[in-house]
Amino acid sequence: MFDVIVTLINIVFTILILMVLAAVLVWAERRILGIWQDRLGPNRVGPGGILQAAADMIKIFFKEDWIPPFAEKFVFVFAPCVVVITMLGAFAIVPFSPGTGVVDLNVGVLFFLAMSALAGYSTILAGWSSNNKYALLGGMRSAAQMISYDVFMGLSLMGVVMLAGSFNLREIVESQSDMWNIFPQFIGFCIFMVAGVAESHRLPFDLPEAEHEIIAGFHTEYSGMKFGLFFVGEYLGVLLISALAVVLFLGGWMGPLLPPFIWFCLKTLVVVLFIILLRAAIPRPRFDQLMAFGWKICLPVALLNLVITGAVGLAIG
Amino acid sequence: MGPNTKMDQIVADQGIEAELLNRFGSSCLQSQRTADEITTFWIDRTRLLQVLRYLKLEIEGPFLCLYDLTAIDERVRAHREGQPNADYTVVYHLISYDRNDDLRLKVPLRKDDLDLSSITSLWPAANWYECEVWDMFGINFHGHPRLRRILTPPTWEGHPLCKDHPARATEMEPFTLPDEKQQKEQEALKFNPEYWGMKRHAEDSDFMFLNLGPNHPSVHGVFRIVLQLDGEEIIDAVPEIGYHHRAAEKMGERQSWHSYIPYTDRIDYLGGVMNNLPYVLAVEKLAGIRVPDRVKTIRVMMAEFFRIASHLVFYGTFAQDVGQLSPVFYMFIDREKLFGIIEAFTGARMHPSWFRIGGVAHDLPQGWDTMVRDFIDYLPARLDEYEKMVMENSLLKRRTVGVGDYTSAEAVEWGVTGPGLRATGLEWDWRKHRPYSGYENFDFEIPTGNRGDCYDRCRVRVEEMRQSLRIIRQCLDNMPEGDYKADHPLTTPPPKHRTMKDIETLIDHFLGVSWGPVIPPGEASIGVEATKGNNSYYLVSDGSTMSYRTRIRTPSFPHLQMIPLISRGLMVADLIAIIASIDFVMADVDR
Repeated sequence: MFDVIVTLINIVFTILILMVLAAVLVWAERRILGIWQDRLGPNRVGPGGILQAAADMIKIFFKEDWIPPFAEKFVFVFAPCVVVITMLGAFAIVPFSPGTGVVDLNVGVLFFLAMSALAGYSTILAGWSSNNKYALLGGMRSAAQMISYDVFMGLSLMGVVMLAGSFNLREIVESQSDMWNIFPQFIGFCIFMVAGVAESHRLPFDLPEAEHEIIAGFHTEYSGMKFGLFFVGEYLGVLLISALAVVLFLGGWMGPLLPPFIWFCLKTLVVVLFIILLRAAIPRPRFDQLMAFGWKICLPVALLNLVITGAVGLAIG
Repeated sequence: MGPNTKMDQIVADQGIEAELLNRFGSSCLQSQRTADEITTFWIDRTRLLQVLRYLKLEIEGPFLCLYDLTAIDERVRAHREGQPNADYTVVYHLISYDRNDDLRLKVPLRKDDLDLSSITSLWPAANWYECEVWDMFGINFHGHPRLRRILTPPTWEGHPLCKDHPARATEMEPFTLPDEKQQKEQEALKFNPEYWGMKRHAEDSDFMFLNLGPNHPSVHGVFRIVLQLDGEEIIDAVPEIGYHHRAAEKMGERQSWHSYIPYTDRIDYLGGVMNNLPYVLAVEKLAGIRVPDRVKTIRVMMAEFFRIASHLVFYGTFAQDVGQLSPVFYMFIDREKLFGIIEAFTGARMHPSWFRIGGVAHDLPQGWDTMVRDFIDYLPARLDEYEKMVMENSLLKRRTVGVGDYTSAEAVEWGVTGPGLRATGLEWDWRKHRPYSGYENFDFEIPTGNRGDCYDRCRVRVEEMRQSLRIIRQCLDNMPEGDYKADHPLTTPPPKHRTMKDIETLIDHFLGVSWGPVIPPGEASIGVEATKGNNSYYLVSDGSTMSYRTRIRTPSFPHLQMIPLISRGLMVADLIAIIASIDFVMADVDR
C-alpha cells in the first residue's frame, strides 16, 4: 500500500514539474531566440518576462473551446491528448538520478521508442479529423516523416544497447562510467539527434506545420486549450529527446562535484539550447529532400554503424 | 543577347519608323508625335495582328517584349489635334532589347463597336493585360481564351476607367446589401474548378484543389493562387489578383498633378520615392522642365537608398519563406538604420512622397554626408555576414537552385523586367541602357545570373545592393552645388525667392498652389529601373490641372502572370520559394 502511494506521489510530482518546465521552456525559447535575433522577446510579465508562460496559460485556459462544425469531433478532441499522454508516459522511464525516476523498466529503450511512435498518431489524427486541406497536407507529411524517422531512431539506439548489453536505461547510464557513449557511438548520436528533432517537429524538420507553406499544418483548425496541448506536447518532446540524449549518450547523471540530479539538468539544458539554436539557424528542406535524406543517408549510415559496433564488440569481447 | 553593333547599324540606317512605313505604307500607319519621342503609330484594328506579327516574328531586331497594353477613353478629351477619330484607344507598347528601342501602336475604336482581335496567340503575356482592358474599359477582345474581370470582383457593374463611371462613393447611391445581392455575391465566390480551366479527375486519381490565399502567410499580401494538386505536386496553378485594387489610375484623373505624388508612393509600397521618380520624370517631360544637376543627384541617391531598403526586405523574407527564421530580423535592423537617414532627409520613413515636379521637397539637411557615409561604411560588412548565413547555406541552395527557372527568351516573352530578367543572364538595366536622371554619370555594374532560377534572382538582388552602395558613394563624393528645384513656372511648389518682387512669378506661384500646375497637353511615358523591375507612368495631359489618363505599368503584374509556367510539376514548397524569389507586393500588381 505504502509503495503505491509513494509511486503515485512520484508520478504526480514528475508530471507537475514537467508541465511547468515545458511552459518555462516556451518562454525560454522565445527569449533566447529573441536575443539571438537582435530583439528582446517577451520581457514584460514578471522579472525578465518569466511569468509570460503563466500569463499565456491563463489566456489559453479562458479561450473558447471551439470545435469546427465540419470536424470529426471525437478524434479532433482526442488527437491533442495523445501527444501529451505519450510524451509524459515516455518520461516514466527517464532516470533523473540514481534514486529518482518513476519506473525502472527492463525494456526502457523499447518503451521510449513505442511511446514516440504512438505520439506520431496525434498529428496524423489531428490532420485527418480537422477536415481541412492544409491540415490534411500536414497530417500526410507527418505520417511519412514519422514512419521513416522512427526506423532509424530505433536503429541508432541499438549501438548503445549493444555496448551496455541492456535495454534498461539505468544500466545504460552506469555502463558509461568509463566513457560516455557519445565517443564510441558518435554516429549513433548524430542520427538520434536528427531523428529526435524530426520526431518533435522542430525546425528544420517542422514540415507537418511549416507555416510558410501550409499555414499551421495539422493544427490549423486548433485553438484554445487543444492548441495548447499540441504546444506543450512539442516542448515535452524537446525535453524528452534532450533527456534521452543525455541518458543514452552523455553519461546521464554522472559528473564530478555537483549532485547527480544537477548534472542531469545541466546536460539536458545544453541539448535543449542546441535544439533551439537549430531553429534560429537552419532553413527548412523540402518534403522529398527530407525523405531522401532519411532513407538514402541516415538509414545506411545507421545500419553501417550497427554492423561496425557489432563487429568491434565481437572482436573485443 | 544585348545591344550589338550590327543592330546599332540597322537602327542608324533606318529606324523603326521608316522601316514600318516602307513595309506597310502611310495609308495603314499614321504617325503621332509625343513628348517622350517614342515612335507612335495609329493603326486600324484590321491590320493590327499583321503588323504585330511582322514586328515580333519577321523584322530584323524584333520587338519581342510586350511591355504594356492599355486603353484610353477619349470621349471627353479636348486636345486631340492630328489624331484619328476615336472614342476609345487601345495602346500597345513594345520594346526591342536588340535595338534598344520602343514602339507604340494605337488602335482607334468607336464606342458602339468596342471589339478587336486578341493578340494572345502572338503574346501569351497579353492575357492579363487584355483582361484588364476589358475590365476597366469594356473593350472586347475576340479570340481571348478567358476574358474576365481581373481587378474588380466578378459581380462588378460598369467599367471603372470609363469617363462616365463614378470616381467616388459620393457620386453613387448609398451602399446597401439586400439579401438577394448578398446571395449573388456569395454565389460568385463558390469555387468551381471548371471555371479555372481545371479538371477534377485524372485517369487514376482525384485531384485536390487548394486555395492558397488571399490570406496565407507566404503570399506577401492578398494574392490568391488556386492550386490543382496531386499529392503535393502542382498539376496547375492559377494566380488570381485584384484583392488589393484601389483604383490608383482612376485617382490620377481626380487629383492635381502635384497632389497625386503621395499616391504613387503606395504603388510599390516598399519602394518609397522610387515610385515618385517615373511619375515626376513624365510630368517634367510634358511640362518641359529641366531639373538642376543637384536635383538629379539627390534623386538618384534617394532612389538607390530605397532600392537597398526594398532588397533588404526581399532578402529577409526570401530566407524566411524557405524556413530560415533569423536573417529577416537582422535585415530589418539595417533597414531601420536606413529609415533613420530617410527620416532625417524627408521627415517620413516608408512613404516620404518627397520628389516634386521640378525638384525635391527640401534641400539635404546639414550633416547629411556624415549620415550617408556612416551607413555605406556599415552595410558591406553586414552583407558579407548575410552572404555566409543565407547565400552559402547548403539547405537554402538545395531549396532554390534549379527551382522555378526560365530562360532569357521566356523572360522577354512574358515581359519580365528587373532582377528577374537579369537573373537569366540578359544584361539589361534601364539605368545603363536608357539613362535617366543622370545615371549616365555613374560608374556601376549590372549584376547578372545565368540559370534564371530562384537562387539567381536572389543573387542578383544581393549584388545590386552593393552596386547601389557604390552609386550612393559617388553621389556623396560628387554632390553638385545648386538649387533643389528647377527655376520654371510649372515647378510645384514654385521657387519662391522672386515671388514677392514681381507680379509674373507671383501669379505662377498663386496658380501653382491654389489650382495646381496646368501641364501642357501631350503624352509621355517614362520608365525607370525600380526596385522590382521596370515601373513606368504613361501620362496623357489634356491641358488641365489634372491628368486625363494615368497609366501605371508595374513590373510585378507580368511577373505574377508567369507563375503557372514555372511552377507546374513542382511541390507546394517550391511554389513558396518561387513566390518569394519574384519579390512583389500586391499593391504594385493591382494598383
